[in-house]
Amino acid sequence: MEIAEKRFKRVDLIAVNGRVDADTAALLQDSLKSHLEAGRFRLVLDLSEVSYISTAGLKVLLQTLKEVRRFNRGDLRLAGLQPRIKETFDLTGLTPLFKIYEQAIDAVGSY
Amino acid sequence: MAKTYRKRVTSSYDQLAGVSDFVGQVCSDLKLDEWSTYAVRMAVDEACTNVIKYAYDERADGTILLFCCQKNDELVVTIRDHGRAFDPQAVPPPDLTGELLSRKEGGLGMFLMRQLMDRVSYRFHRTKGNVLTMTKRLRR
Repeated sequence: MEIAEKRFKRVDLIAVNGRVDADTAALLQDSLKSHLEAGRFRLVLDLSEVSYISTAGLKVLLQTLKEVRRFNRGDLRLAGLQPRIKETFDLTGLTPLFKIYEQAIDAVGSY
Repeated sequence: MAKTYRKRVTSSYDQLAGVSDFVGQVCSDLKLDEWSTYAVRMAVDEACTNVIKYAYDERADGTILLFCCQKNDELVVTIRDHGRAFDPQAVPPPDLTGELLSRKEGGLGMFLMRQLMDRVSYRFHRTKGNVLTMTKRLRR
């Protein structure tokens, strides 16, 4: 799994590539945490290059979503979910909790 | 006699990608469709994650044994380990409809395994240890 990050004026874009499982979820958590610690709470996670995400990865997203929405200070918006990933979100009831966009650029522009 | 595919890995999260490749190869040999293949790979990934986390308490010195075979029109996956007796079916089902703050992060793995596979069963065997069996009807 690889993570690329880009900082815009009001939003941080985090693009993930590869497989998010119990082995790699900690790296994603560290990345997201570093944005929160820097006081950056408006986040976009581009998952268009993610081929697989297990519940270990979903857990990180759910924890982060709770953190960023605290005090209405921000959000974690998702973009580019592949059909299998979207299906996983649907099965686990996570879809209604997140704002999900087709393209990362739309998610960035939504803030 | 149907072929049995076997794999032995250590109880470490860095083995999960290899396990997924192994399951993918089995599904390819048995000509499962793309969605069924994804479902079986995910269910096995979640099952092995549970074994490492709960049966072995994230110690990497344990062993996980995987067996896959075709029985009639089903793929049967058996996962064995000698960690602490852990019945994944005892995990309470997660809340899938509540507000964000009421959502618990745990319990999703077992729930998904049940959703993705046709049958999931567990037993503790005196010599074989934890034995988790999951089956998937072959849709090709």
